[in-house]
Amino acid sequence: MYGFEALTFNVHGGYLEAIVRGYRSGLLTAADYNNLCQCESLEDIKMHLSATEYGPYLQNEPSPLHTTTIVEKCTLKLVDEYKQMLCQATEPLSTFLEYITYGHMIDNVVLIVTGTLHERDVQELLEKCHPLGMFDSIATLAVAQNMRELYRLVLVDTPLAPYFSECITSEDLDDMNIEIMRNTLYKAYLQDFYRFCQKLGGATSEIMSDILAFEADRRAVNITINSIGTELTRDDRRKLYSNFGLLYPYGHEELAISEDIDQVRGVMEKYPPYQSIFSKLSYGESQMLDKAFYEEEVKRLCLAFEQQFHYGVFFAYMRLREQEIRNLMWISECVAQNQKSRVHDSVVFIF
Amino acid sequence: MVGSSSSWSTALVKISPYTFASIGIAISIGVSVLGAAWGIYITGSSLIGAAIKAPRITSKNLISVIFCEAVAIYGVIVAIILQTKLESVPSSRIYDPESLRAGYAIFASGIIVGFANLVCGLCVGIIGSSCALSDAQNSSLFVKILVIEIFGSALGLFGVIVGIIMSAQATWPSKG
Repeated sequence: MYGFEALTFNVHGGYLEAIVRGYRSGLLTAADYNNLCQCESLEDIKMHLSATEYGPYLQNEPSPLHTTTIVEKCTLKLVDEYKQMLCQATEPLSTFLEYITYGHMIDNVVLIVTGTLHERDVQELLEKCHPLGMFDSIATLAVAQNMRELYRLVLVDTPLAPYFSECITSEDLDDMNIEIMRNTLYKAYLQDFYRFCQKLGGATSEIMSDILAFEADRRAVNITINSIGTELTRDDRRKLYSNFGLLYPYGHEELAISEDIDQVRGVMEKYPPYQSIFSKLSYGESQMLDKAFYEEEVKRLCLAFEQQFHYGVFFAYMRLREQEIRNLMWISECVAQNQKSRVHDSVVFIF
Repeated sequence: MVGSSSSWSTALVKISPYTFASIGIAISIGVSVLGAAWGIYITGSSLIGAAIKAPRITSKNLISVIFCEAVAIYGVIVAIILQTKLESVPSSRIYDPESLRAGYAIFASGIIVGFANLVCGLCVGIIGSSCALSDAQNSSLFVKILVIEIFGSALGLFGVIVGIIMSAQATWPSKG
């Protein structure tokens, strides 16, 4: 019942909620980002980061430093914190925490399948996979030739198995099909996660519904914009949209028939929460759309911390960390390539 | 008593007043301790988790646990007071109205104290948990949230006061 979580939440979740709030206090602040943006080289970045919580992870790296090393070590910190929380969690929190990683699993599967298609070495691909989305039989993905084999050989034993019912075909894998497979899987995952949160009830379902609805809408817009001008038919496009969110069902109908960005803008401006996002962009521009969406997402994630006794804080923390790692990657790349004027193009401040 | 009418009111009145008094005493201590324990675990689990990142909060935030504990102490005090009010009456007078009144008064006093302390313990526990988490992030918030806790712990005191007033009028019929 919404409102009475405070009575029983702390039995199983109190300790971990306090831990995750402690982790959140270690996120980089605007002052940290200002220092980092003024760095001249990757060594400076390493020095500034060693004063933050990333210190122990970066101090043993030999110079010369690469941007990929920095990102890898920061991701390692996130994975360590996640594993610490997961091993101490009980049901249903442990299931909730596992749901958070299925998105990364889907990305890893698509990465390996695409890489194999382009004849890359499996070991090299495995190193590029996100550590949160690893599972045991991931290397065998390289063997599969079409989706049915993919499912039968590897994915039936993973948590992704129930998401495959909609996309088992015997067609050979090529770039277009793989993108459709990725989006279909992600749609099934989001819907499953949404249903799971609804079942949990209380504050968790309220807060997670809001965050997941925004995610579903954002993916709908991205799918629409990316498929403008490709061979994806309108029906195929409609099949990739989730069945929840602010845009469901009428916004999806209009998005399915949009043929350019201005039409998309016209559709989105009918919805007040998204109107503010689209009003920041001038006509015909879509590069800043990603950053605008990230900013809106960060705002909603920070709001999840305003309430106590729910699971939304765990999801919000993981996402905010990932945003911070994206920021660090952007700053490192700008510094490494001597383009410091563009640093502020894509850094989203969290606090 | 063959032939007399039976009804729920008759059945209730025929329960010994000693039963009601004893149950009242049991509730006063049992339910108060339930409230105190509930409050302590709510505060304690958050306090332990938050203290990992911010060890400085542990000593100050034990005040929340102490406020919850006070709730249990109120229950014990009232239970002791109530049990001194239990006297024996001669068996011929056990169902006198005076006698029933005394039994009901102790019962009501026990319920008042028990449930007031239950909700007070819960209230202080939940606020204590939020206090620990906020103090870990920003130490200037501790004193402000403590004021809320003090208001919350006054609820238990209200229950104790009314309970003691109720029990003061529990006079059993004197012998003879």
